[in-house]
Amino acid sequence: MAGVAPPKTKKVKSTITVNGEEKEVEIEVLDVEASWGKPEDRKYVGSRMTRLDGYDKVTGRAKYTYDINLPGMLNGAILRSPHAKARITAINIDAAKALPGVKSVLKLKDAGAIVRYAGDEVAALAAETPEIAEDALRAIKVTYEPLPFVVKEELARDPEAPRVISSERPNVEPGRATTRGEVGPAFEKAAAVIEGEYYAQARVHAALETHGHVVAYQPDGSVKVWSSTQGVHGVADEMANITGLPKDRIEVVCEHMGGGFGAKFGAGVEGRAASLLSKETGRPVKMMLDRRGEAESAGNSPTAKMKVKIAADADGKLAGVEAEGYGTGGIGSAGVPFPYIYPVPNVKVQQATVRTNLGPSNAMRAPGHPQASFLMESAVDELAYKLGVDPLEFRVKNDPFPLRQAEYKIGAERIGWARKFNKTPGRGSGPKLTGVGVAAATWGGGGGGGSLCDVKIAQDGSVVVELGTQDLGTGTRTYMRAIVADELMVPIEKVRVKIGNSRYGFSGGSGGSTTTPSVAPAVKMAAMQAKFDFLTALSKSTGEPLDKMEIKPGGVVSNGTKNHSWDEACKRLPAGGTSSRGAWVPGLAQGGIGGVQFAEVEVDMETGRVRCKRIVAVHDCGVVMNKMTLESQINGGIIQGIGFALTEERIADRHTGRVVNPNLEEYKIPGPWEMPEFEVVIYEYPEAKGVSGMAESPVIPTAAAIANAVYNASGARVRSLPIVPARVLAALGKVKGATA
Amino acid sequence: MKSFEYVRVKSVADASRMLGSERDEAKLLAGGTDLLGEMKDYIVTPSRLVAFRGVPNLDKIEWDDKGGLRLGALVTLARIQEDKRIREKFAVLPEAIDLAAMPQIRNAATIAGNLAQRPRCWYYRDEHTHCLKKGGDKCYAVNGENQYHAILGGGPCFIVHPSDPAPALVALGASVVIAGGDRSRTVPLEEFFVLPSQNVRRENILEQNEVITHVVIPAATPGFRSAYVKEREKDSYDWALAAAAVAATRDGSGNVTSCRIVLGGVAPKPWRAAEAEKALVGKPLSESAIKEAAKIALAGAVPLDQNAYKVPLATVVLERALRKVV
Repeated sequence: MAGVAPPKTKKVKSTITVNGEEKEVEIEVLDVEASWGKPEDRKYVGSRMTRLDGYDKVTGRAKYTYDINLPGMLNGAILRSPHAKARITAINIDAAKALPGVKSVLKLKDAGAIVRYAGDEVAALAAETPEIAEDALRAIKVTYEPLPFVVKEELARDPEAPRVISSERPNVEPGRATTRGEVGPAFEKAAAVIEGEYYAQARVHAALETHGHVVAYQPDGSVKVWSSTQGVHGVADEMANITGLPKDRIEVVCEHMGGGFGAKFGAGVEGRAASLLSKETGRPVKMMLDRRGEAESAGNSPTAKMKVKIAADADGKLAGVEAEGYGTGGIGSAGVPFPYIYPVPNVKVQQATVRTNLGPSNAMRAPGHPQASFLMESAVDELAYKLGVDPLEFRVKNDPFPLRQAEYKIGAERIGWARKFNKTPGRGSGPKLTGVGVAAATWGGGGGGGSLCDVKIAQDGSVVVELGTQDLGTGTRTYMRAIVADELMVPIEKVRVKIGNSRYGFSGGSGGSTTTPSVAPAVKMAAMQAKFDFLTALSKSTGEPLDKMEIKPGGVVSNGTKNHSWDEACKRLPAGGTSSRGAWVPGLAQGGIGGVQFAEVEVDMETGRVRCKRIVAVHDCGVVMNKMTLESQINGGIIQGIGFALTEERIADRHTGRVVNPNLEEYKIPGPWEMPEFEVVIYEYPEAKGVSGMAESPVIPTAAAIANAVYNASGARVRSLPIVPARVLAALGKVKGATA
Repeated sequence: MKSFEYVRVKSVADASRMLGSERDEAKLLAGGTDLLGEMKDYIVTPSRLVAFRGVPNLDKIEWDDKGGLRLGALVTLARIQEDKRIREKFAVLPEAIDLAAMPQIRNAATIAGNLAQRPRCWYYRDEHTHCLKKGGDKCYAVNGENQYHAILGGGPCFIVHPSDPAPALVALGASVVIAGGDRSRTVPLEEFFVLPSQNVRRENILEQNEVITHVVIPAATPGFRSAYVKEREKDSYDWALAAAAVAATRDGSGNVTSCRIVLGGVAPKPWRAAEAEKALVGKPLSESAIKEAAKIALAGAVPLDQNAYKVPLATVVLERALRKVV
């Protein structure tokens, strides 16, 4: 196409999320055939690009919310209930207020209020130093009338158990249910049936940066907030509500984020408290949670226990699944998608949420899916072995999803399945045995509308791309810059990226693998608009006809012969340069992704210790933006999956009702020595037209693949996570009186 | 954190004086890797910290003519780990340190502080759980979350001693030199530690005004070998589920002439398995002798409801340690 046609626009309906609520709005967009084009036409998009902010991060120059220290800033802290359930009979803040260095104390609950978990917020304060703040918390005198509580879901199910929420509300509430076909006849005619009970443990997000904000009322009455958040616009909306100010008087900033994993969408109690304390003291207040607050109160991934009966017919096809299960998300909810990826014809599944006196669950990287994958893929694996069928062949036969069909093949080849699969698990010489396992994922991963991106070109040749999204550490800045550089055909260094501020154009919260498919299309549209606006301005300035102008690498070609270098062309722009906006359009994003992982593990048959030696991860992601950060996302998912499989569990004591491991000492996230060899394969296919997100899919199948590999190595089926030596030794029959 | 007075001292005598006699009112600060965490968690709230690191000559690694070793209290774990001669002579100690904590902590933590550290029991470490060790009236581990607790020597409290170097040093027959007030005493390390049944509030015999000044390891005899094996849930920084320190001397024909076996991670103090030692003396370290000794070492184990796995685990760990000295 020579030259540029004048832009036609059209109105489209789009859904935007404001304060967690979806709204349908009409937006005006460029009416062009949006396409990512052919890979060979893109210089940057889809290549391997180092992270734009990588240098800042490794040198410590990148400033996270935790690093924000303002003149006159106070340090906030939150008093939490030590009791799993209690009525507050009295609360006195006088002594705390009187401590030197304490500037403000705020009751979050009054006498008469009931706390429902250890960690429930009772009061907050701001003081000159973090140490004074901690001392002051202990000077707040709260009298509690302890009430009966229950923190173990198996005990909470007892009708006689203490009621968690209120006396009217039973602890057990029916949850997700699926019924199709008839399971009875399927089991009668089955060639093999497996029955087992599986358990996925409670986890916490354990982001290295805890939840929190720095809230600063400005002299002009506006409010600036530095926020460790997955959604700057969402927090701005919430802060507008909290402060009673219009949203344009609020500025929420999140330059860098130390991890969210689904738990950092809102302002939270800490945001509200920081805001009130800053308003009252007239000073900035930093309110970051400590590790205990993080583990008790800031969210968790619910447990899932499932009794599964599963059958296959003589052709090796899944015939029926009957399952009954429950889980607890503390005072929040629980439930998993089941029977997960398999289109089983006869299904009867009933789940329940069991309330316990623990902090509320919230979204954690692929909510419900890693649990579902472990429960279902373990049962499927057991069934394949019982049938005498290779568990990989069994999956290929029973999982019709086309992308995964290709991914099973690629992964089997890479892991060396044919060579490494043990036909007789648990046999071998020496105490250390190896084995392989496989499991699969499914996720939406498509984008949502509403993102508004601005691209500005200045007379000095610089280009700025601006969008109110936030980078959770995934590499958003890097691909945004690449999209604009490709479209304008300028060296990538010319483009500067501005994100992480609610003053920039709207973008939704970063969750559910939606960020890239929400952001990238808007950036692409803005860049296309910018290109047109730029050439239009240049045409006006030079008098050269617009329809004979074309952007080429390094500049503009006019009339097929006359060249303007990029910098010369920009000098011809009007004083203010050009400013262009683009909005998200469908067609550049797509959902419906798969993903398959293979694990190779080594089991020490004497100590029960499992080491993950290698993970082969084959994932599809539609059109790839940046191979390097995409692989990094997959690596991160695998690492979290290894923690789920082998080391992590949030443990609460039934007698005290308290979390016993609210720290990174006993809540064991994997470290460098737990890292396997990673082999990431990105499955690219020509039919892909849109970009998908890659946050959830890679965390889903890791634990199931590891558990299946543990069986293939040792012959011990560990049906509960995490697979620690205690459980492996029990499964091997080496512990007196214990079962796996 | 409760405000405290920070006092720098230049001598052991000053340190002792500044520690005073009121228990836990003043605490000795060396590497601080344990104490500061306890203070931040409000487990201890001293009014005074006595900074010990300025005391001269306590950071030395010294050998005597016969090959005995004297470690100053302030020698860091990292320095012991890096010392080639220690590794050659007393392998069990650096092997234990290799598996202790993480590089950052080993760079700061001192050998004496490591021996005097407090337990990691998650009930003890919870500000709001008033357990026996803090003057309360019960051990919450008994009916609680006790997967990491003691299977040997427990009761009424079931902590495990967290140190890796401690079992290694007991296996080496080390002593500690303790100074305080107007006296100095040398105590076999084995007798330094106390069980909860002897004193539930503390893990060793140190009086309030006493400090460890040195750790002394006797020279090794010809035919001496030592080794440390530890099992944990993860390799990047974790406490022992079970560990074994073994030191044995054999004669020319391979028979054990003397041997010390000490288990870690399973008891409130480094757990000397004297019966197992006896079973090995006079015999070669054959596979059957090793298995028999390991079985004897764990014969007295009394697991709680979640830690029975430690019995087979510690048995295997000890077998592996014994095989390393063959």
